[in-house]
Amino acid sequence: MSASERGGTAAYWSWAGLIEGARLALPVMPGMVMFGAAFGALAAQKGLSLLEATLMSAVVYAGASQFVALEMWPEIATLGGIAVLGLVTATVNMRFILMTAALRPWFGTLPSWQSYPALFTITDPGWLIAMNYHAHGGRDASILVGSGLAFWLLWVGSVVPGYLLGALVNDQKAFGFDVIMPVFFVVMLVPLWRGARRAIPWAVAGGVALLVAALVPGWWFIIIGSVAGAIAGGFIDES
Amino acid sequence: MSLDTMVLLAILVMAAMNYLMRAAGFWVMAHVPLTRRKQLMLQALPGAIVAATVLPIVVRSGAAAGMAVAAAAGVMVVSGNSFLAVAVGVAAAALLRALGAAS
Repeated sequence: MSASERGGTAAYWSWAGLIEGARLALPVMPGMVMFGAAFGALAAQKGLSLLEATLMSAVVYAGASQFVALEMWPEIATLGGIAVLGLVTATVNMRFILMTAALRPWFGTLPSWQSYPALFTITDPGWLIAMNYHAHGGRDASILVGSGLAFWLLWVGSVVPGYLLGALVNDQKAFGFDVIMPVFFVVMLVPLWRGARRAIPWAVAGGVALLVAALVPGWWFIIIGSVAGAIAGGFIDES
Repeated sequence: MSLDTMVLLAILVMAAMNYLMRAAGFWVMAHVPLTRRKQLMLQALPGAIVAATVLPIVVRSGAAAGMAVAAAAGVMVVSGNSFLAVAVGVAAAALLRALGAAS
């Protein structure tokens, strides 16, 4: 079956796409390095060994849940504590469920042995880069994996200097590094703009998230706000 | 360089939960029919997740973060260059804080 018989929607791989994905990731790289180094510094304060801190970044690869785990350190070093940690990790990163659901129409055209390993490389900025690329007609799956692998290398590599330098990387606010992630997220919204009508779900998501953030502790505002926005999107027809 | 057994277990549990989250949505959508409505919902997700993540964080972070985000969005609309837009946003946050105008 050729690509045109599938309506030209089939995903494929390319070396050029891997490079392009890493290139599109450039604006977020300083933020990723500072965030990864901050994790290393906090891990050192909390008494993790350098090997443990690096291993966590390498196999968990999800910043928010790693910081939450450190908050719970060292009390979690019991079987009960680890079970709680597993549940907290799931709630912090439940948005991944929504993110990879949105990848199904694109990555679902790949064989499972290719698509499921690729899902490990998902990060918030990498996913946004890929969704933007897909919304403009691109189908090269390497864009997602290229940005995801570039971020992974930086994320794991930055733990070591952060761990060794400690407090030096903790004053991120003065340099504005702490705003890189929210700023990049909003910058990625601009090419997704399809008129005010299609932005109604964004407003619904933002409004619901603000409300939930004010009323419910923890990270529930992300998932509840996003689901509310998606539901709103399902009831706004293209016209 | 040490690796405690309980710490290793904690790390592996976290890794498994995160991969489960990453794979679950993709797996579920293979087993439910993709109707027009579900397609529209999935299309709305990138913007919805951004709005739901950023808005509460910016409100908590204060005025400088809000102005940084607005400046970056403006630069992106005008130039279409994401690197430039992020650089301007970060510089705006650092400058506003240095001036003490906002936290």
